[in-house]
Amino acid sequence: MTHLGYLLAGWGLSSLAILLYAVRLLKRGAQLSARVPSEYARWMSSPKQNGG
Amino acid sequence: MTSPITTASKGSKILGMTSIIGFVVLVLLAFFVTDPDIRFHPETGEEFGQFDAVRLLYLHVPMAIVTYLAFVICAIASAGYLVRRTFWWDSMAHAAGEVGTLTCALVLITGSIWGRPVWNTWWEWGDVRLMSTLILFLLFLGYLALRGAFVNPQRAARPAAIVALIAVLDIPLINRSVEWWENRTLHQKSTLSELKIEDLTLFTLMLGILVSVLVMSWLILHRFRVAWLEHIEFEQGVKTAIEERRQVGHGD
Repeated sequence: MTHLGYLLAGWGLSSLAILLYAVRLLKRGAQLSARVPSEYARWMSSPKQNGG
Repeated sequence: MTSPITTASKGSKILGMTSIIGFVVLVLLAFFVTDPDIRFHPETGEEFGQFDAVRLLYLHVPMAIVTYLAFVICAIASAGYLVRRTFWWDSMAHAAGEVGTLTCALVLITGSIWGRPVWNTWWEWGDVRLMSTLILFLLFLGYLALRGAFVNPQRAARPAAIVALIAVLDIPLINRSVEWWENRTLHQKSTLSELKIEDLTLFTLMLGILVSVLVMSWLILHRFRVAWLEHIEFEQGVKTAIEERRQVGHGD
């Protein structure tokens, strides 16, 4: 296979960046879920603040 | 009542699993099933083409499409916020703007990595599509910086919505740049809309777009929920602070 280094760099960097961002979101979500009362985080049936 | 431990729901878990399975299938197709781009000169018989570097396009092109999509969602939600002034629209704009900025960065990076073996350059400052995409990235980076500059996220909502609506105007410029300034770009005209590619290559590219849309949806969904919880936490902090001030006032 030609250009293997470029392929690994492109696919690897992109996959890693998205994976890290997803993990960061899940961690932040778990932290916030622990602090915010559950009635606000029962996706997506919040009794209040449903401004949509 | 117990608190949920994450921002995940049954729907988002199904979406996440589908994205992962789709991504694995995409990698298998892109790396091991599709053919490299090898063509032969009609007169000399000499080989030319992108060779295996073409496999980067199964990632780069879908990423560009979801970047446009995320920023359009951001602009629609921003307009929604300016009309309705509710936190739901602002959270959606913020989530889509952040995910779009990430994918836009990846578009620039994967494009640059693809350009080195194919165009023999990492970057071309005179290329209108490259420059207009870089401007889009910088505009949305500014959008996120603007949001981060306010302690009260609600005060950032209106100026951020205006910035998003202006920034998104760059997208048609990027899209049409290869037609309008065809002598000032290394990019070729659209092969996707005119279906100049076919069979397995087209299928893999379509799968790449589908998987990228699924991944983007999962990211926006979770970013939206994080923004929602941040908002609730901020509101509760303000309420608690007001309550404490009242109690101190009564104490005096």
